[in-house]
Amino acid sequence: MALPQRKTDIGPPNFEQFLPPVIKKNYGKWKYHEVLTPGTMVHVGESGDKLWTVRVASPRLISTDTIREHCDIAEKFCGGHLRYTTRNNVEFLVSDEKNLEPLKKDLTARGFKMGGIGYGISNVVHTQGWVHCHSACTDASGLVKSMMDELMPYFESKRLPNKLRLAVACCVNMCGAVHCSDIAVVAVHTKVPTINHENFKNMCELPTVIGSCPTRAISPDPANKSVKINADKCMFCGNCFTVCPPISIKDPERDGIAIVVGGKVSSLRTNPKFSKLVIPYISNEPPRWPKAVAAIKHIVEVYAANARKHERVGEWIERIGWERFFSLTGIEFTFHSIDDFTFMRDTLRTSPAFKW
Amino acid sequence: MKKYSTPLIDELEKGPWPSFVTEMKKAGKNNEMANDAVGHLEKCYSTKMGYWKHGGIVGVLGYGGGVIGRYSEIGNEFPGAAHFHTVRINQPSGFFYTSKALKEICDIWDKYGSGLTNMHGSTGDLVLLGTKTDALEAIFAEYSSRGWDLGSSGSALRTPSCCIGPGRCEWSNYDTLGLTYALTQEFQDEMHRPSFSYKFKIKSSGCACDCVASLARADMSIIGTWKGDILIDQAEVQNYAKNGMDINEEIVGMCPTQCMSYDGKAMKINNAECSRCMHCIAKMTKALRPSGERGATICIGSKAPIVVGSLLSWVVVPFIKLEPPYTELKELIRNMWDWWDENGKPRERIGEVIEVKGMRSFLEAIGVEPVPQQIKEPRKDPFMFYTEGDIASYKAKEAEEKKTGKYKF
Repeated sequence: MALPQRKTDIGPPNFEQFLPPVIKKNYGKWKYHEVLTPGTMVHVGESGDKLWTVRVASPRLISTDTIREHCDIAEKFCGGHLRYTTRNNVEFLVSDEKNLEPLKKDLTARGFKMGGIGYGISNVVHTQGWVHCHSACTDASGLVKSMMDELMPYFESKRLPNKLRLAVACCVNMCGAVHCSDIAVVAVHTKVPTINHENFKNMCELPTVIGSCPTRAISPDPANKSVKINADKCMFCGNCFTVCPPISIKDPERDGIAIVVGGKVSSLRTNPKFSKLVIPYISNEPPRWPKAVAAIKHIVEVYAANARKHERVGEWIERIGWERFFSLTGIEFTFHSIDDFTFMRDTLRTSPAFKW
Repeated sequence: MKKYSTPLIDELEKGPWPSFVTEMKKAGKNNEMANDAVGHLEKCYSTKMGYWKHGGIVGVLGYGGGVIGRYSEIGNEFPGAAHFHTVRINQPSGFFYTSKALKEICDIWDKYGSGLTNMHGSTGDLVLLGTKTDALEAIFAEYSSRGWDLGSSGSALRTPSCCIGPGRCEWSNYDTLGLTYALTQEFQDEMHRPSFSYKFKIKSSGCACDCVASLARADMSIIGTWKGDILIDQAEVQNYAKNGMDINEEIVGMCPTQCMSYDGKAMKINNAECSRCMHCIAKMTKALRPSGERGATICIGSKAPIVVGSLLSWVVVPFIKLEPPYTELKELIRNMWDWWDENGKPRERIGEVIEVKGMRSFLEAIGVEPVPQQIKEPRKDPFMFYTEGDIASYKAKEAEEKKTGKYKF
């Protein structure tokens, strides 16, 4: 069969055609909302109209079969209307209250997990990992699955002092907002890259490779028509590999993960914050990453036991002090948590007023 | 089709959280590409390393982005995954779909690709994972003829995205969905034909809650805000108290500017001192709401750590009204790109160029005056660039003072 005529630069379809009638009618005229359960909320318009939302977990990497199942459910209960969230959940939009309980029943029967709304743990923002990325030091999807299996109660029912945002980046490129999450995993390389000089001269641009290094560890190697790397200066970021494939940095026994905590993006109460390094290295342990999962669960539990209501992880830590965070969690403080890159001036303490 | 033994990733089918491995296997049942991707992933788990090569240059005629080439180093072992390109489909604002539209997307993808997707990618696109070079033109013809275009990749304006905004949120200060659609349509050329120093991301949030994490990961973060008073429904305040909220501890005590009070009967807000952080409104949504002039704060520069450390976006334009056709904002964006184009080196994000060239150079180029809302605190060092013009204007001010006999600091 002949292909249809292609069109260019048409942009995305106008979202308006996908809005349920209740949203079209109350667009920009919502009055308030209430979280009914960790998986359901209702928005009420100034008109008095109501829109119920049922949020369901998704692994983000989903098959067309599962999308079709989402569609079938939406057709049955939501007039065919559904949406996805920035954290990869699926949301079923119900405008008729009598469909709400049957929808929830149907979702449960099919094995879908409802939750992620309000003061708990929602879905995890993450990257492609070994599933589909060239620079991954670990598998993001596997880590997320392992973490969330363990933290499931906080998605479905158990509540925390505030929302807790998790993220996983499979390398320091950090696609997604990993660096401003309550708790995040970032996978790291730990060995100086090797260089295939033969391929370098055919595949790489010398100034680009030298310019890619944040610590100026790379200099020309005229004898090899290539570059050399000063091992004392290399911080293993992998940016040289990104611009030049013959530079290889991955190492199965040395690649690992680090854990950062205390970031947020909202401006509620306190300014947005970066996440800060607390655990510098845990070995890559597929398929279940038991130590990384245990560490994250431990930090969640210490936060849950100690933070005041409405405090995000970073706000709680700022109130009690980082020295107290390390003593409460029992996490060993190492040289790695002292910045020796670009933020040293901002992060060292300049006062003798601290806690023991 | 080859049946792979996958003992390691089978472990990830256990447990309550939905399993991506189950999804891959589901797709792999009738699809050789997805089936080989399953075997390929098991190999990664057994050796603890990835096998994908750097992206190759593939795409559709006339576009320089939207498709990311992906090849495996071990394609001989897993022929179905040897070529496994990504196609980015530009999502509708707010990720709203109808089942009819989504099923059509699925049908086309099953015909030409692996049947695997990301709903959605980090930037916001609907991501189709895994197809071959010779299928790309057909995929593009099928989707574009039905109203779907490719998203962006490479050194270009990346696919803009936004929070749900006025579609389902009482706090949205402008039409995030409409603005995102308008900007995406306006800048199709900048999205599909990469001509920038590096990527440029625009993300729009309707309020300071920032549900698209715009402030952390968009070169241009558009955050909704307002200029009027917070309206108080005192009866609803009482209801919150009755339902167990400790208003003094949870709301008044946590207000960062201490601009509010509650005496057990009525809540008072000194609106002039409010910084519009959203804490009280978000916790007492039935009782408190913004009013008056609506618009947004434009912040510039955020990015992940590569190359010399992460940045959060900096406030550049404290307040801008955002109404169709958004002429002022579009012009501002073009002026920013012009300055970036003139001053940026390859692979430098706009925030990094601002760090190198200075905020003054940037603000002057885009015609924005310096105001204290742009900074946390003034500079601490006394090393300044005084231009001839600066000194002349300070001298002129002093001459004026001598005339009037009144100091103007």
